[in-house]
Amino acid sequence: MTLAEILASLFPRGSSVVVEDGLIHGQGRRVDGSPLHVIGVCERSAVGIDEAAKLARHVLEIIAGEDSAPILVLIDSDSQRMSKRDEMLGLNEFLAHLAKCLILADVLGHATIGLLYGHTAAGAFIATALATRTLLALPGAEPVVMDLPSMARVTKLPIETLQAMAKTTPVFAPGLANLAQTGAVAATLDPQRSLAAQVEEILVANAREAGKDERDVLGKRRNGRTKAADIALRVQELARAST
Amino acid sequence: MSAASAATRIDDALAQSWYEASARQRVDALLDRGSFVEFIGPERRETSPHLPLFDLPEQFDDGMIVGRGRLDGASILIAAQEGRFMGGAFGEVHGAKLTGLLRAARELRTPVVIAFDTGGVRLQEANAGEMAIAEIMRALLEARLAAVNVIGLVGGRAGCYGGGGLIAACCSALAVSEQGRISVSGPEVIETNRGVEEFDSKDRALVWRTMGGKHRRLIGGAEIFVDDTVASFRAAAIALLARAPALTRAMLVAEQARLETRLDAFGDCADALDIWRRLGIADAASVPAMSYGEFDALGARITEVIHDAR
Repeated sequence: MTLAEILASLFPRGSSVVVEDGLIHGQGRRVDGSPLHVIGVCERSAVGIDEAAKLARHVLEIIAGEDSAPILVLIDSDSQRMSKRDEMLGLNEFLAHLAKCLILADVLGHATIGLLYGHTAAGAFIATALATRTLLALPGAEPVVMDLPSMARVTKLPIETLQAMAKTTPVFAPGLANLAQTGAVAATLDPQRSLAAQVEEILVANAREAGKDERDVLGKRRNGRTKAADIALRVQELARAST
Repeated sequence: MSAASAATRIDDALAQSWYEASARQRVDALLDRGSFVEFIGPERRETSPHLPLFDLPEQFDDGMIVGRGRLDGASILIAAQEGRFMGGAFGEVHGAKLTGLLRAARELRTPVVIAFDTGGVRLQEANAGEMAIAEIMRALLEARLAAVNVIGLVGGRAGCYGGGGLIAACCSALAVSEQGRISVSGPEVIETNRGVEEFDSKDRALVWRTMGGKHRRLIGGAEIFVDDTVASFRAAAIALLARAPALTRAMLVAEQARLETRLDAFGDCADALDIWRRLGIADAASVPAMSYGEFDALGARITEVIHDAR
């Protein structure tokens, strides 16, 4: 789905959501008339220091506002911006700051929902979609941790070998199904149904759950990450017993 | 062993290079002597289920050591990455150990020290590694929101790259040595994607001045600059643990202002040397060759970075 189609399906009565320099921000109304904040990245834009600072500012402004409305994070991005300037000025701090703002917003009562509708990769993925409480996706979304040419360079394996392995090894291969299997994506939405109705269902279900991070448990259930949840739990138990 | 020879041994351990030491040597020497208790140690053989698919050797601790110990008498939780195994990269087991440790820290209200040494996500298990980073960040921030202090130490062979850089920036405070490079995209990745004109990964001086510890200290990316010894990292960890500013909304508003100020002040600079000159360092070209003592004095004169805006 295109961004325009997504916004039309989310907000049939219109919204104040605008796109500026590859970034999304604004507000629409839920079915009951209450507000739903929207921020995000579109047009497969890279997330560098300038973009992360702008998005984080939007989140802090939402937190400073009167309402405790949810925040929908729409994502169709490139990876983090790979440049000398961004790294020189501390891209790691800017991306972490954005993730912190999203996580704080959720803790303060603005339930965060990510909606992955296009591409995303690496650090941009971590600082946006993966920093929301519930990550949703639309069919055709294409999250990748690292593109295969970069992977070939770092692993020193031929790209042909990596391409062949990507077809059979879900834990390393790019793509929505593979990421969903690890527990990254809670649900894939149906583009034929009203997105407003589907997001509403998620918000209602979320309100009932505590804010516990259960993605590792989901990854185990989906057989995409068989060890992570158990290892984390075991360490927690051992730490408790060591006091 | 006589008291004198035991004391000599401790002195030797503290004097050793942090950069050259293994993760296990760092943990043992950093903590009060004999106080370390490991959780899921190598004897448990919890190895990566994914590396064999790539015909790569496993390590019994998957390159991550976690446990409890004492630092200057105080009980802390500690994690250390082994940069010499798979470049210290985050895989499923490696990452889950740190996630569990941080969840425990929140529950038990116990401070944490993390010795970073990582190239980022382990690409052979990239999706599991990416999720581990996301889960670690959330667990770390939830611990900080509960007023638990999480201190990061950066000075290892692999640096602190990729998701490791993001986790480090989530910590309450960081200590970094000259060798401690912190960045998201590594030099080779930038060069592969953008060309050698954008970033020449073989130009070591460029790598150090763009991502290295001195630069991070000067722009406020790390609180304390330390010498490359275990003793220096230990002293920094003790000093940083003594202050525990909780993560709050005010803290993030302050961080927003701090980062926007940096963009305004240096956003048009082409090179770190330009930033250093603008900071008031007349002979910026001399910074890379400065000794620890010379640079520490310069850093103290130029910028105060205990800013409670992280």
